[in-house]
Amino acid sequence: MEKAGVQGKTMKEYLAIVDEIAGKYADAPGSVIPVLQQVQARIGYLPIDVIERISHSLGVPPSRVYGVASFYSQFRFNPVGKYIVKICHGTACHVQGAGAITAAICDELGVEDGGTTEDGMFTVDSVSCIGCCSLAPVIMIGDDTFGRLTPAEARKVVREYGK
Amino acid sequence: MATSGVIAEITVGLSSCGIAAGARDVYETFQQKLEGRGIDVELKRTGCVGMCYREPLVDVVVPGLGKTTYGGVTTEYVERIIEEHVVGGKPIEEWLVHLEGRELPDDAYLAPQERIVLRNAGSIDPESIDDYVDTGGYDALATVLKSMSPDEVISVIKDSGLRGRGGAGFPTGVKWGLASQQPGDVKYVIVNADEGDPGAFMDRSILEGDPHSVLEGLVIAAYAIGANEGYFYVRAEYPLAIKRLEIAIADATERGFLGSDILGSGFGFKVKIKEGAGAFVCGEETALIASIEGQRGMPKLRPPYPAAKGLWGKPTNINNVETYANIAWIISNGAEAYASYGTETSKGTKVFALAGKIVRGGLVEVPMGIRLRDIIFEIGGGVPEGRTFKAVQLGGPSGGCIPEEFIDILVDYESVTKTGAIMGSGGMVVMDDSTCMVDIARFFLNFTQDESCGKCTFCRVGTKRMLEILERICAGEGQEGDIELLEELGEKIVSSSLCGLGQSAPNPVLTTIKYFRDEYEAHIQEKRCPALACKALLTYEVVAENCIGCTLCTKACPVGAVSGEKKEVHTIDNDLCTGCDACRQVCRFDAITVR
Repeated sequence: MEKAGVQGKTMKEYLAIVDEIAGKYADAPGSVIPVLQQVQARIGYLPIDVIERISHSLGVPPSRVYGVASFYSQFRFNPVGKYIVKICHGTACHVQGAGAITAAICDELGVEDGGTTEDGMFTVDSVSCIGCCSLAPVIMIGDDTFGRLTPAEARKVVREYGK
Repeated sequence: MATSGVIAEITVGLSSCGIAAGARDVYETFQQKLEGRGIDVELKRTGCVGMCYREPLVDVVVPGLGKTTYGGVTTEYVERIIEEHVVGGKPIEEWLVHLEGRELPDDAYLAPQERIVLRNAGSIDPESIDDYVDTGGYDALATVLKSMSPDEVISVIKDSGLRGRGGAGFPTGVKWGLASQQPGDVKYVIVNADEGDPGAFMDRSILEGDPHSVLEGLVIAAYAIGANEGYFYVRAEYPLAIKRLEIAIADATERGFLGSDILGSGFGFKVKIKEGAGAFVCGEETALIASIEGQRGMPKLRPPYPAAKGLWGKPTNINNVETYANIAWIISNGAEAYASYGTETSKGTKVFALAGKIVRGGLVEVPMGIRLRDIIFEIGGGVPEGRTFKAVQLGGPSGGCIPEEFIDILVDYESVTKTGAIMGSGGMVVMDDSTCMVDIARFFLNFTQDESCGKCTFCRVGTKRMLEILERICAGEGQEGDIELLEELGEKIVSSSLCGLGQSAPNPVLTTIKYFRDEYEAHIQEKRCPALACKALLTYEVVAENCIGCTLCTKACPVGAVSGEKKEVHTIDNDLCTGCDACRQVCRFDAITVR
């Protein structure tokens, strides 16, 4: 489960988080992905120093840790906003107008798809199917899902979170 | 009926789609309103009943009335349901979806279904092991451990004719047999819950609605092949499924259905959950194994198959969620009962996720061999009024679009494959005359191009080139020869890719060219999109005789492309127009046309 980033922490605190999580996995095979997932869940993204610390803690070359992290779409290398607005672009959402939803939300927040608002409140992220196809088009903010949206309703949902 | 002391049961469907439609608020409102009301009502939760189009759904059972289902329930309904139905004993007619002993329009959705995988969907609390056990859950496991040898289990599954429900359709019993014959003490079983096909949500619903049925099937598989360790590989995008699975595993361990000595049989099995990290290719079994091992999820050449050399180099059996959810039912009811459903080569039932331009979208389980038309029109109610059916997309990015001329085919593995589509995992996205088939092909190619792991050149580069061609066709810049180039590239990618992703990536393009070539030609030669979906090809115009100059459209246009004074005919500057359709939607006088 992804939570938005913890704001205002120092790199030293980030590294302490890495040590705490990686410590539980030392010597466990196949631990790179769970460690990356848990670290990102706490920090919000994976800065390069954090990748290096994970590499050091698990005894895996940094190239491999970065190679794995960059392969999977879940991992981010830049800070994200307090809320991540995931706009579903599965088949059903596509045929029901997900493109217009993305355009409306980007316009409302004044960011490009994939970008983060200047105030650090929102990151807009077009994602692949989140499996709520019969409620298409769908967006997710945190763990909350909103379905059967029109562009105007999508703007309203985002506005509510901004308050 | 008395105003107090009524024994009633109210059940709210709390799956992801129900929650998205507002079911959690409904559940909490029931909690609040029932508190201190002085009536004896049991408030329960359940998973997805499959009628996603009517969510949120609430079941009410009061003595003497039978089960009543309400659809589209909002928090405002709660008070009336309690007062009129529970206390007053009178169902509220206008919200009825289902009432025992009464014929209602929504019955058409449920009546033709045969529910094996979804046997408990929408009736049990997925977070209660007692509910599952009360329906006969874990009886099959007990039977297997007490009275059957691993070979006997495998032969029952073989006889049932069950084939892998993840898409490829390999016979499950044969797969188990291969893994069981491998020498060695360490073997693994894996549940592939990396449901990545856009438009598919069967596995999510099963895990959210009845996680124990999958777990029981997995333990039986483990016993059959001789594995003591297993994994659920679940998409991280399914947080509720993961949560309910965690509860199921903890409860099953406590009850002795998992652990070092299951039900005193001496057989031990433990299971872990691995969260996927977002890579479609990990639905391919060798890529999935690489991902569990902590590597990039890139497929390997087979053979060796995972049955011989899988996770950590050990014999491994992988099946998808739906496949495992069938197992306990087959053991309890017998291979023959299962094989009595379906066709010669495709036995049993199949769960489909109906979505897109359809009146009744949701989860349906039907016997194999049912007519495609019956699923879409009888169960799903066809396309929305005023629209015409164009095609149905089966099998997601690996599948294809089946046009109306094949709507009467019988749904089994072989018949679907003959159309150029595939059965796939069960996603069924319906398209009508407002869906552009070139745009759909572009959509899928965009997906597979993005998800290609990059190992094979044809898949990595070829899909990119195909996508560029499709993008330019949709942008009105298509050239003579583009269709032939797409066909040639498509065939090469199919023949030169290692795994299923590349081998099937061109399918959505090839099938749409095969059945809807005229739409491609209209885009390329006439620079026209017949479905009015490709924005770059649309021209908006004001119908002068209808326009009264109300200025609504000038205000609605986000880019200032519509101009005109009050009470004068407006004009649209198509150089500025982005085709967002806002002007046409606000116009009350049919004064804006698009072509």
